[in-house]
Amino acid sequence: MKISIQINEGPYQHQASDTAYQFAKAAIKKGHEIFRVFFYHDGVNNASRFTIPPQDDRNVVNLWAELKQSDGAEIDKVVCVAAALRRGMLDESEAKKNGVDGNNIHPAFRISGLGQLIEAGIQSDRLVVFGD
Amino acid sequence: MLHTVNKSSFERNSLQSCINNIDNNSAILLIEDGVISATKNANSPMIADLAMQGRIYALQGDVEARGISSKVADNIKLVDYAGFVDLVVEHGTTVSWV
Amino acid sequence: MPITKKFMYLNRKSSYGTVYAIESLEVVLIAAAFEQDVSLTFVDDGVYQIVNGQNTDGIGMKNFSKTYHALGDYDINKIYVSKESLEERGLTKDDIMPLVYEDEDDDWEEKPSVKVVSNGELSKIMSEQDVCLSF
Repeated sequence: MKISIQINEGPYQHQASDTAYQFAKAAIKKGHEIFRVFFYHDGVNNASRFTIPPQDDRNVVNLWAELKQSDGAEIDKVVCVAAALRRGMLDESEAKKNGVDGNNIHPAFRISGLGQLIEAGIQSDRLVVFGD
Repeated sequence: MLHTVNKSSFERNSLQSCINNIDNNSAILLIEDGVISATKNANSPMIADLAMQGRIYALQGDVEARGISSKVADNIKLVDYAGFVDLVVEHGTTVSWV
Repeated sequence: MPITKKFMYLNRKSSYGTVYAIESLEVVLIAAAFEQDVSLTFVDDGVYQIVNGQNTDGIGMKNFSKTYHALGDYDINKIYVSKESLEERGLTKDDIMPLVYEDEDDDWEEKPSVKVVSNGELSKIMSEQDVCLSF
């Protein structure tokens, strides 16, 4: 099946992103395709390339960045642009557009609009929301 | 349908709201802090009937993490993440009571 | 042939205390362009999102409640409010914003978009959905 995931919370603050990750990993192992992971609300913080957790703990951002489909292909990880800008999460293009002198979105994630979430709902067989 | 509940019934009313709105073909999967509701506790009557019908599941990893494996109520079915995926696939639409 | 699915947006939290209300409304408005079969549901404290008379002057936050009135223009006219959630909170239908839409199949007559539904009715509506987005 094509499964999409919506994540509403940031890393560490809530378990949502961890649960979603374990779910996605299990789904891939079972041969399902993760159509899209969409990060909304504080979930956009899962894409921060400056996350430095303690050495003996998981790096949630890297876990998502490194997770691949069963055939090794990339998983489409989308950060909502409106939610991201509100929270100071920018990629290079948004930084330039908004005259900000830095960017912090990990290259494994892409910024896009809310339409990507709706499209995921339409194109996938299942969509599961992880939040608070 | 599959309904996920991620908060304890002592913290939020999510579980009660979920129960109020599920149909006869639905199952409930307790995840994260929601697994607290899978223990034998003062709120157990809320899900006792549904559990007896085999419609209440709890995520094993979350139960073990919280040290409550020996407190899980009767008839609650423990599943791992692979089981979570199977429930999502089997049940059509998933509703998350966040 | 484009796919049309039944999308439900489940709102259970009041406005302002958290961001979920305003950001879920933003999803609904963007989603309108995709011409899916949309239902909005307000349960538990979510009913407060569409309560009349919101005034945010005292808290310095944007009052976005007017935006719900635009839903009819975006063809979002299936808005369900939980009867039990209203009653528990001492609210009635009169406390809810009179959201309307113009029915193009009935000479553009203005009709109410909001239906107060019982738990039983809501569980039936929910069971018909293909996708449920929670916030």
